[in-house]
Amino acid sequence: MSAQTLALAFFDGVAYAALVFLVAVGLTLIFGVMRILNVAHGSLYAFGAYASVSLVTGIGLMGWSPWLAYPALAIAAALVGIVLGTAIETLLLQRIYAKEEALQLLVTFAVFMVLENVQRLIWGVQPYFIGEPVQLLGNISLGGIEYTAYQTLLLPLIAILVLFGLRLFLKGTLAGQIILAVTEDREAATAIGINAKKVFLITFIIGASLAALGGALAAPTTSILPGMGTDMIVLSFAVAATAGLGQIEGAALTALLIGLGRSFAVYLAPEFEVLTPYLIMVLVLLVRPQGLFARPEARRI
Amino acid sequence: MIKTFAAGVALGALMFAAGAQAQDKPAELRIGISTFLSGSASVFGEPAKQAADMFVEEINKSGGILGVPVKVTYIDEGAGTEQLTTEYKRLAQDKTDVFFSAISSGNCNKIAPLAEDLKVINFMWDCGTQQIFEQGKYRYVFRTQANATPEVLAPLLYLLKAKPNFKTIAVVNQDYAWGRDSWAIFSAALKKLKPDVQIVAEMFPKFGAPDYSTEVSRLLALRPDVILSTSWGGDLDTFVRQASQRGLMRNSTFVLSLAESSLQRIGKDLPDGVIVGGRGDHYFLHPETRDDPKMKAFVEAFKTKTGAYPIYPVFHMAQAFSALQAVYKKASDANGGKFPNKEQIADAMKGLTFKAFGRPITIRDDNQGVEDQLIGVTKKVAAYPFPVIDDMMIFPSAKMMPAVGQTSEAWIATLTPDLVNIKADSFKHR
Repeated sequence: MSAQTLALAFFDGVAYAALVFLVAVGLTLIFGVMRILNVAHGSLYAFGAYASVSLVTGIGLMGWSPWLAYPALAIAAALVGIVLGTAIETLLLQRIYAKEEALQLLVTFAVFMVLENVQRLIWGVQPYFIGEPVQLLGNISLGGIEYTAYQTLLLPLIAILVLFGLRLFLKGTLAGQIILAVTEDREAATAIGINAKKVFLITFIIGASLAALGGALAAPTTSILPGMGTDMIVLSFAVAATAGLGQIEGAALTALLIGLGRSFAVYLAPEFEVLTPYLIMVLVLLVRPQGLFARPEARRI
Repeated sequence: MIKTFAAGVALGALMFAAGAQAQDKPAELRIGISTFLSGSASVFGEPAKQAADMFVEEINKSGGILGVPVKVTYIDEGAGTEQLTTEYKRLAQDKTDVFFSAISSGNCNKIAPLAEDLKVINFMWDCGTQQIFEQGKYRYVFRTQANATPEVLAPLLYLLKAKPNFKTIAVVNQDYAWGRDSWAIFSAALKKLKPDVQIVAEMFPKFGAPDYSTEVSRLLALRPDVILSTSWGGDLDTFVRQASQRGLMRNSTFVLSLAESSLQRIGKDLPDGVIVGGRGDHYFLHPETRDDPKMKAFVEAFKTKTGAYPIYPVFHMAQAFSALQAVYKKASDANGGKFPNKEQIADAMKGLTFKAFGRPITIRDDNQGVEDQLIGVTKKVAAYPFPVIDDMMIFPSAKMMPAVGQTSEAWIATLTPDLVNIKADSFKHR
């Protein structure tokens, strides 16, 4: 394997990992705080993508500056996260926190199915594409190969910002500390006057917005079509589980591991491209069933 | 079954006795159509359904088929093969006269034997797999279009005619039956027709893959002369856009055998000179039929109804309906003008020639349709906001498929480079 191939596979892997991380980190954050595995996370990803298509296309139709597409992506993500996140959390999840895990999983799965069909009702089944945000930033040449600046620079940059932003928020602000306190011990936190209900809602909105942001940022690079959420939920679950559910920095490293594994597979053994993320997951979980970065939990009696 | 039949005979006799017209015409002709209304293949299924609704309306407005109105029931293939076969059996029990099924080759593999068991007439109206009639004999199952063999050979022959000197080729196909099978046919034929070509990469990204960046990077590094993809739908759109954005289409000649169905969506991102096809001689600006009043009216009506120009699955649907009308007429003529039964329909299908919006199609003795193939290259023109097809060639399918009873695999093994001299009719865009 030549140095050039190595470098090529590296750049592609990083760009891919950035997108996967954004979605997986929302999933893992929600699980860490609320102990709920949110299957509807995939729909939030898809809604983020569709909403940005509508906004960006709208901007084009109004004849406004195409540079407005970038804030539009962020606005679409926030809108989806706040509207759908609030609706799902307050109408459904709040009622089932005390219920069995299997039931919680089924409820979020039902939400996923419902949202898939709502999405079909609103946007139909034909693929959409918004290429402007990628075209505006142009290409950069790395090792004689053209890359889009959007995928190779912007996406990893945003992923790093989100990672450090989350870290700073959780460790450095009062609101973050309160979230961590609820994560650590909900009863004790409630006893000293923390409103756990509010914490859950805010966490869920943040997680949902991150999924939608993943979708919004993916929108300019891919065809937006039914079923895109399904693939993403499976992949981001693989990342979250490999890292250990609830591990934010772990999710970043695992996304990178899986992204690189996948892109090296395309060069060395294309037949294994699809399989690579799951092979990595199985290998890791065989050795460390709790995930790469999670501490084994002491059983509470 | 016998009971129903007896009841039918009794009823018929009664009506006859009562002095009614001596024709045991049914009250309606029931047609079951399976198409994708959900899932990624609905990019084909939805437009085809829209077209089917138009054809039914038109047929019924002009008095139905042999005076019998047509009634259509749809089955969504997107719900899975299991669901499809259940619904299919239910409709068959509910006295459906003719089925059009299916889009997916996997579904055709299941439906063909099922239709044969149930003894119902089935037109495979869109699926590509060439294996069904090469591996088994059917009485009730027909295909009203070509199959994968000529559909893959035509773009290959066009490539060999247009760019005879290429040395290297890479393939990026979807990882499922069509992606694999079409490459098997293409590569086997390529080795026979131009043995010195080197295959530098074979990539089969996941069906529905959202990102081809890594594949594009690898292709940029390899710089193959030709890049083939038989992908379709959102997958093809994504691949083409990522390839075009990163300059891959400047260095390599692209052969996209199904891109006729993506032209309107990809639009300006598709550069000139890409070799494209649409699984038959399907094109809304078909050089031989575009000025037919019937074709013009249909294209306009379809555009008004759906906002888009018709693509190949729409033409496939038109062929199924043309075959239906033609075969009822033929069978009725052979039956002294009386309404034919399904055995008479099955007999009349052999050798049937019918015409929709392209060249006429004939059903062979193995129930396979013989349909010519249109291939060309993309070209931007002022009249449309997306590339049209220029430098078109229409290839005669009869010479691009094995004889009845021979498998494509065995036939391709006998090919010689001489096939490149096959006579194709050339047309410019006008």
